[in-house]
Amino acid sequence: MDFLTQYKNALFLIGVLLSLAIALAVQVRSPLDEAQPDGPSVRLIRMWAMTAVTPLERVTHAIGSGTGRAWSAYIDLRHVRQQNKDLQQQLARVRIEEAAIAEDALQGRRLQAMLGFRESYVGSTVAAQVIGASGSEQSHILTIDKGTRDGLRPDMAVITQNGVVGKLRDVFPTTAEVLEINDQSSGAGVLLASTRIRAILRGTLTGRVQIGNLTADSRIQPGEQVLTSGGDQVYPRGLQVGVVESIAPDPDHQPYTAIRVKTAVDLDRVEEVLVITGTQPDLTAGAQQDLTAAAAQHAADLSAERLPGIYDEQTPGATGASGATAATGAATPPAVNATPALPHPLPVVHPDRFSSGSTAPASDLKPGGANSAPSGQQPQPPQPGAAQ
Amino acid sequence: MMVTRSYMSRREVEQQRFSIPVTVLVPVGAVLLQVLLPRVFAGLAILDLPFVVTLFFAISRRSPIVGTATGAAIGLLQDVLTGQPIGVNGMAKAVIGYAGASLGSRIDVENTTTRALLAFGFSLVQSILLYLIERRLLGIRAFHVLWLHELLRATANTVLAVPVYLLLDYTKHRE
Repeated sequence: MDFLTQYKNALFLIGVLLSLAIALAVQVRSPLDEAQPDGPSVRLIRMWAMTAVTPLERVTHAIGSGTGRAWSAYIDLRHVRQQNKDLQQQLARVRIEEAAIAEDALQGRRLQAMLGFRESYVGSTVAAQVIGASGSEQSHILTIDKGTRDGLRPDMAVITQNGVVGKLRDVFPTTAEVLEINDQSSGAGVLLASTRIRAILRGTLTGRVQIGNLTADSRIQPGEQVLTSGGDQVYPRGLQVGVVESIAPDPDHQPYTAIRVKTAVDLDRVEEVLVITGTQPDLTAGAQQDLTAAAAQHAADLSAERLPGIYDEQTPGATGASGATAATGAATPPAVNATPALPHPLPVVHPDRFSSGSTAPASDLKPGGANSAPSGQQPQPPQPGAAQ
Repeated sequence: MMVTRSYMSRREVEQQRFSIPVTVLVPVGAVLLQVLLPRVFAGLAILDLPFVVTLFFAISRRSPIVGTATGAAIGLLQDVLTGQPIGVNGMAKAVIGYAGASLGSRIDVENTTTRALLAFGFSLVQSILLYLIERRLLGIRAFHVLWLHELLRATANTVLAVPVYLLLDYTKHRE
């Protein structure tokens, strides 16, 4: 009895540590099942804790995002005109690029069909907001505000418009935990875009992402794009993961190299995500329509380039007429009695005495006089009727 | 009559108590802040607010049993929310609570310098404990510790602990 009294503090500590060690032993199974990281009882405990914490996280997130939105709305107003102008220019450029990409996509589809290759496309997604994080450097986990009630299940891929974020770990009725790709226990099958080398991407202790199962290869260079390979059955093929940041020998695992990847998504600042709830073998109807429209536009552009034009774009009058036609409607027929414009020679860059228009008309020429055009004067193309 | 200043009498005189709301809300608030703050600035994940609070209650109450129980409870709550196996932080913080309370009854923990040294030292002890638990007990070979980073973490926790302890001193019920 004296022993218990004398050492009650130490005995209590030993009892607590022993209980926790047994609890850990029950939880951690070997080999670890990545699809089911927690047993039913542990999952229940986590669910209770998440249910208790989630309302507070939602309130905090709402206050934070509301304040942030109000501030950024004020800031955005100051730059909206310039931004609008930039966006319009960007849109025009993207439309041109889209036509070319559509052609490549169609070609790719044809080749895939020839090879009998089946690719899965993102079929359906659920948008969710990030309301919490693990708050620890040992684990990189996000909490989102959607759960089983919204059709989410463990192991579904989570992305943003920029690329891959991670996959769902534990899914509760109204919330879910996202295991980010930079977590130590995370992994993904990837493909190096230009060299087509397949590899496995893993998170590290420091929250970085690296490929560690490749031997040295001089073809792999910093800046190479890293995409999902689809081989892990979690992430659909072709999603952007990041770019190769550096390549160095892995001191712990020779002869392999440690290829560090800079993620396309800033994982520390993820606000909204898309959870891929379904994939399909073909493009969605909307995407098919977009692809068809872009291909048709591309075909029209090609035809327009190949057909001879009757209006010279460099002549202001002709441009105006063309512009007017475009403004009044592309289907307006040209005037029947309109005089066809004569072809004009292109303006020369470095005029000399042989250039068109550098010589004065014959009627102005005088024997023994200076007949060359004044120095520095830009020669003018001959005007119709001027020589008459 | 000779006055004796035994260990027990000193502890009984200086043992501090806290109200139930403070006992419950401060640790829960610390764990919640730990979860929410890195959302604002990712670099704040280096801090360990639950550790700071565990150590404060341990050295203030000076009861190893209460320190152990407080540390275990805070650590378990942290484990539940961080997605780690439940018990990793529970074990580490239980030891911190026990050791902090044992040391708190032997030295003057009201001094700011002493508190800073305790926070720095115990932060490193916690890093060692987490390494042992993850690497040896759970057998996670991929788990590595960057000791320079752990020194930085200990420094950051110390910088945080000093003002937090001064604030939490106001919540004490002195007898």
